[in-house]
Amino acid sequence: MTAPPESATLGIAWRARLTSIATPAGLALVMFAGVLLAFGKNPIKAYVDIFGSTLGSAYGFSETLVKMTPLVLTAVAVAIPAKIWLINVGGEGQLYIGAIFATWGALTFGHLPAWLLLPLMVALGFLGGGLWGLVAGLLRARGWVSETISTLLMNYVAILSLNYVVFGPWKDPEGVNYPQTAEFAPSAILPVLGQSRVHLGLALGLLAVGLFAFFASRTRWGLEMRAIGGNADAARRNGLPVGRYVIGLMFIGGGLAGLAGMCEVSAIQGRLRPSLSPGYGYTGFLISWMASGHPLGILGAAFLLAVVTAGGDILQMTQAIPGSVVNILMAVILFVILGRRPGER
Amino acid sequence: MDTAPLLSVRGITKAFPGVVANDTVSFDAYGGEIHALVGENGAGKSTLMKILYGFYRPDAGEIRIAGRPVQIRSPHDARDLRIGMVFQDFAQIPALSVADNVALFQANLPPVPDMPAIARRIEALSQRYGLEVDPRAPVWRLSVGERQKVEVVKLLLADARILIFDEPTRGLAPQEVAGLFRVFADLRRDGYAVIFITHKLAEVLGGADRISVMRRGRIAGTLPRSDATEETLVSLMFGGPVAEAPPSRRAATGPTRPPLLELRHVSTRADGRAVGLRDLDLTVAPGEIVGVAGVAGNGQRELGDLVLGLTRCVRGVKLLGGADATNWPVGRVRAGGVAFIPEDALTMAGAAHLTVLENMALGDTRRYARHGGLAIDWESARTDLARSLARLGVAVPALQAPLGRLSGGTIQRVILARELARHPTLIVAFYPTRGLDVRSALATRDLLVASRDEGVGILLISEDLGELFALSDRLVVLFRGRLAGSRVPADTTIEEIGYLMNGGSECHDRSA
Repeated sequence: MTAPPESATLGIAWRARLTSIATPAGLALVMFAGVLLAFGKNPIKAYVDIFGSTLGSAYGFSETLVKMTPLVLTAVAVAIPAKIWLINVGGEGQLYIGAIFATWGALTFGHLPAWLLLPLMVALGFLGGGLWGLVAGLLRARGWVSETISTLLMNYVAILSLNYVVFGPWKDPEGVNYPQTAEFAPSAILPVLGQSRVHLGLALGLLAVGLFAFFASRTRWGLEMRAIGGNADAARRNGLPVGRYVIGLMFIGGGLAGLAGMCEVSAIQGRLRPSLSPGYGYTGFLISWMASGHPLGILGAAFLLAVVTAGGDILQMTQAIPGSVVNILMAVILFVILGRRPGER
Repeated sequence: MDTAPLLSVRGITKAFPGVVANDTVSFDAYGGEIHALVGENGAGKSTLMKILYGFYRPDAGEIRIAGRPVQIRSPHDARDLRIGMVFQDFAQIPALSVADNVALFQANLPPVPDMPAIARRIEALSQRYGLEVDPRAPVWRLSVGERQKVEVVKLLLADARILIFDEPTRGLAPQEVAGLFRVFADLRRDGYAVIFITHKLAEVLGGADRISVMRRGRIAGTLPRSDATEETLVSLMFGGPVAEAPPSRRAATGPTRPPLLELRHVSTRADGRAVGLRDLDLTVAPGEIVGVAGVAGNGQRELGDLVLGLTRCVRGVKLLGGADATNWPVGRVRAGGVAFIPEDALTMAGAAHLTVLENMALGDTRRYARHGGLAIDWESARTDLARSLARLGVAVPALQAPLGRLSGGTIQRVILARELARHPTLIVAFYPTRGLDVRSALATRDLLVASRDEGVGILLISEDLGELFALSDRLVVLFRGRLAGSRVPADTTIEEIGYLMNGGSECHDRSA
């Protein structure tokens, strides 16, 4: 049996969901326009550039999808633990560790054919990020350290770990002293769509969102997660293994962020280097909160922020302002989201 | 008693979507009067009090204070009008002292409060009304009864004239209840208007000057105590007489079957402010109700949590059905046939945002899982819930409504139905009738007795000594985490149990 009222109210819920994303986004755009004016730039022109360049051409659109891929994965990485009110701020670090694990696979088993090597790298990427999340989960389940603190601090450890391997043991001997690994074998590169840079990782991201939606709403484990999220004390009294959920969901969340790291090194960079992520993990956190953890909302918000991220590069070229000003825009969006009605997830 | 009412409510109506909570309610309270407000769950008592304290605005009607019409838009307004309210869960900050808590509540507290002066005023009030409140004591160290007295002090210092108490006797020992009513009487002497809400008719008949009965949002009648009897009140509450509680059909003490629950020399860690159980021996046999009496906070919660597996023993052994269950997790304990009836279904057993049906499935997610957990058999959950509710004689509520949207009594019955649907062999009933109206409480007790007669063992933790005496086959008393005594109800008196509850030393049979 499916729950009938759910489908009956779906239309209204959808509209509410859309407004809950569109309103803060619109407000943020207005506030950011003020920032642009302060720079002496024409905000309308800037927005035309951002949206025109990303949505106005097939190439721009494909680049937006490229940016969207890791964002979807890191957003689900936050949304899954958030089902039981765990706050995973460690998407960035989990992404880095996933990338390191996947790189190890690519460098060690480069001779393997793609059909064997890519699944292996996917598994390694997931495992790496997952273990990074698992540590925070264990600490939390034992009641020792809040996962918010541990995941945040572990981000720095992860980033420095990556620096260590690319500056040290894995440095490309032919790389004229660049801090990066050797280029991956072709069999370690995720297949792309046509001439674009859109790669298989997008399908993985969509699959992750789909599975998340299915598991959260239809399955026994989804029900148990919602119960723990709704009332952990009652869930414990009902015999639900709350601690195991804390550890397990942190592992799965971390794993998905690790998968984003694997996709980036394999499909975009083709090797491991320090400039792996312009903060995808943090942006994923923002997306998950914008969407209140709702699967379709995550896709919408991820697309929107992908436009913003891609648009930053364009602004740099057309408006001669640093591309990183879009970080201001993201900060403003976060600010507006946090200022939303209290009590709303 | 003054001639003009201090508080006068005329024609108050308040509707919520789908229900008229107060329907043209008129109600007077005089200075120098103790006025009891009784009624079934959902009769509208709480709504009326919340209107008086400014939480809700009435849709229609008028409120007069000392003859003057007033608008109460917020609790702040209510306090300005010298209305004070004591909530069930006191609004206190445990880490602070009594004086700090009292000072925080005062209007126009100066930037540098004169704490010694406040402490002196607390002591003076405490003396006048026999409250025995120490202004320097940290609130977390106080018992429920003492914390309630702190609330009274708070209101008196804030100059309230109309004092409203929401179920003030909840969680109090018989002696503490008597003390509270002495305080009420002193307040009456000084011209305060005391209004209290309760479910317990004995208290109403013992302590109130006038009694107003609410039924379905209306005042069904207001009686002076001299005209009121238990029968008249019950028939006003329900619009007719209610069947008496069934005499306890005591289970035949047949051949000794192995106990369902056996605790041997069990101790638990005292966590923070909680009491630890100490060297406890207890058995529950099939077809037996073992009642646990005690003043709230003497280890009842710990005992329930221990049986359920939520708290671990640091010493001793716990056997369930003869098997060593000392280290079983909660899931295994429940799977082994232990059901749990909580005191507060919404915070202890259910999730407010989930639907009634989802909460039903939550009682045993494994049982309703299909395809290895990828789907849930909602149809079975629905059937089981309906069957179990039918046994309880309760109508099926809206299954797709969030549990938190239902009334307190309905939530309790849904959780009760869920737990009984699992066909338990041992029931841990934790204040199962607390906060329920007379009829719901009767239905719950009937069910416990019926389950007992079917051979289920029941550990009944309650603060209602009448209930414990009526239902229990054996009665044990907890005091500071120890077993202070074990009696057969027929061979003891309420006084003796009350004595043991307060640490009376004549526990000859204490197992050590």
